[in-house]
Amino acid sequence: MSGLLDKRLIFVTGKGGVGKSTVATALGLLGARSGLRTIVVELAAQNRIRGALAGAVAETFVEEELAPGLFTISIDPEHAMDEYLRVKVGQLGHMLGSSKLFQAFAMATPGMRELLTVGKVWELAQLQRRTRGAAPYDLVVVDAPASGHGLGILRTPRTFAEIARVGPIAHQGEAIATTIADPTFTAVVAVARPEEMAVTETLLLRDALVGDGMALHDVIVNAVYPSRFDADEVAQLRQAVEEAASPLARAAIRAALSEGDRATNQRRQLARLSDGLGERLVELPFVFADHLGQAELEPLADALGAGLATRNGRPRRRRAPAACAAEELT
Amino acid sequence: MSVATLLEGKRICVCCGSGGVGKTTTSAAIALGMAAQGAKVAVVTIDPARRLANALGLEELENEPRLVAPERLRAGGLEVRGELWAMMLDPKRTFDELIERLAPDRRSAEEIFANRVYRELSTAVAGSQEFTAVSKLYELDNEYDFDLLVLDTPPSRNALDFLDAPGRLTSFLEGRMLKAFVRPTGLGMKILGRGSGALAAGLQRVTGVDLLADLSTFFRLLGGMTEDFRFRAGEVEKMLTARTTAFLLVTSAQGEPIDEAIWFRRTLLETGLPFAGAIVNRVHHDLAANATGPPSFGRGEVIAALEEGVGAVLAERIADNFHDYHVLARRDERNIARLTAGSEGRPLMLVPHFDDDVHDVEGLLRVHRYLFASDAERDRMIAEVVA
Repeated sequence: MSGLLDKRLIFVTGKGGVGKSTVATALGLLGARSGLRTIVVELAAQNRIRGALAGAVAETFVEEELAPGLFTISIDPEHAMDEYLRVKVGQLGHMLGSSKLFQAFAMATPGMRELLTVGKVWELAQLQRRTRGAAPYDLVVVDAPASGHGLGILRTPRTFAEIARVGPIAHQGEAIATTIADPTFTAVVAVARPEEMAVTETLLLRDALVGDGMALHDVIVNAVYPSRFDADEVAQLRQAVEEAASPLARAAIRAALSEGDRATNQRRQLARLSDGLGERLVELPFVFADHLGQAELEPLADALGAGLATRNGRPRRRRAPAACAAEELT
Repeated sequence: MSVATLLEGKRICVCCGSGGVGKTTTSAAIALGMAAQGAKVAVVTIDPARRLANALGLEELENEPRLVAPERLRAGGLEVRGELWAMMLDPKRTFDELIERLAPDRRSAEEIFANRVYRELSTAVAGSQEFTAVSKLYELDNEYDFDLLVLDTPPSRNALDFLDAPGRLTSFLEGRMLKAFVRPTGLGMKILGRGSGALAAGLQRVTGVDLLADLSTFFRLLGGMTEDFRFRAGEVEKMLTARTTAFLLVTSAQGEPIDEAIWFRRTLLETGLPFAGAIVNRVHHDLAANATGPPSFGRGEVIAALEEGVGAVLAERIADNFHDYHVLARRDERNIARLTAGSEGRPLMLVPHFDDDVHDVEGLLRVHRYLFASDAERDRMIAEVVA
């Protein structure tokens, strides 16, 4: 019942460089395949998703269909503000939107860019779309910024609601904050790599989210090496590298030993992460490819779907990590 | 070229690049290496996971530089002739300190600290880390006697945030329109004309009375410090463009970080900031290049070379692994070639992809050995890895 794809809104965050965009795109593919009208949202005009799937990079601040049922948009705060003002405040909004003073004021207001961005995300996830003629989405996947700033984006609406107290921004901030905090509607997913620092940052992110009354719905570990050689084989290879008959044989065995070491280190970090979280992880395989295009993303979406399905077969913890850790042991 | 040669006569080294490429580690390794050579060095990091603190054996880094115990580094096998200091930037504290310095009097400072927009939102903003980082750098440059400051820049998706940070705040505060806004009944509004009454009403309608009042106070208070902010931004710009400053690009060899590094380099060159060189981390070196001449080999060839020693089954898996590794090696080679193409003769230093993560002093020292080796030494070290 509480499967990830049952949520309407998914924020994908994690340490820099772990593959957030890749996972967000794979989630999007998965959603579209399940028949959900899905949109993958990029923040701050990156256009990576479109680059990967459509092979072209261009600014698109409008919803664009990449494949049947799979849309993408890049959210830009200025654009989001124009739209918000037009829809919410009508003629006056139009005047404000075209006022240079108001533009400067809004963009210099601390947190306003973040609020406008997350506001547009919220709008995309509404059944009653504010955007004229726009159809609702079943699933909105947000390729959010790295952990620190990603958390900032999730917190901003609440902060505005508290500061403004009354008025439209307070109202809007409260509505967005409530949506984000609703575990039946919104999920936060962390992407990690099986590496020391990424694992540490994921655990810190989990703590910070819990502190804000939220939880990590899933942790997806990206770029996991295959375990190609078992301990006995590694021992055999250590012997063999000394006796290698040719430079090519020696190089190949050294590469195998190196891979063995990396895989072992990764397994250790995976164990640390899953112990720390008290949950099973979703693992995505390392992709040995020049770059990630559709040909590579489709199998990743398969792996993601399989991993999430396995996760869902288990009882989920909600707000009792200690109890869950015990459950893991039994 | 060695980082030591590259940073000769430099007072500031800014490490920049996209997230997850090893900036924090690289910054620490550079600072460590320069301290080892006899300099008094401070490394400034923005490090939410306290990685640097842990690596350097400090329980917690503070918003002021702290000396790293030389025994700690000696234990890792490095004799430090100079001093290594480390600090972790606390954006909120740095912002507060800046306000304390620049506010005309105590009362104005207190008023800003009490303002809810400042209190709740000033550090939640994208760019505020960048702003406080350069601000801190400026103070360290002026008020301490370090020979070298190494700055690990925030993990910004948009590298420009960092370069723009000092200018963005001042250009806004200087704006005539803002002045009009903070004095809604003043001359400014009259100049803006008849539309302004409706504008103020519109603002109120969109934001709500309370928020508008808080924002108005926030801008008025900061606006009072415009001159100081502008002066400081000018000084920071001078500092960053000085000949004694070096911007080092840090990247991994993957496509996207390399794209960003190329873009960042162009931005540095266009804005007149001193781009000194690039460090490429986690490079998969071609293991077959030295073995068979040109880096091309067939699966069958590899299996044939192995079969006798390890048997056919294992040989196949080794060959598959070798093939997969070289997909990455070729990728890295192509990406590095792209980066080299526009480097205008600035050095490019390659650090290999190690078999385990760099997260402790031993790891730092390993990176350090590559960065501080001469070209010949580095080639030899890489040859040892691949041969």
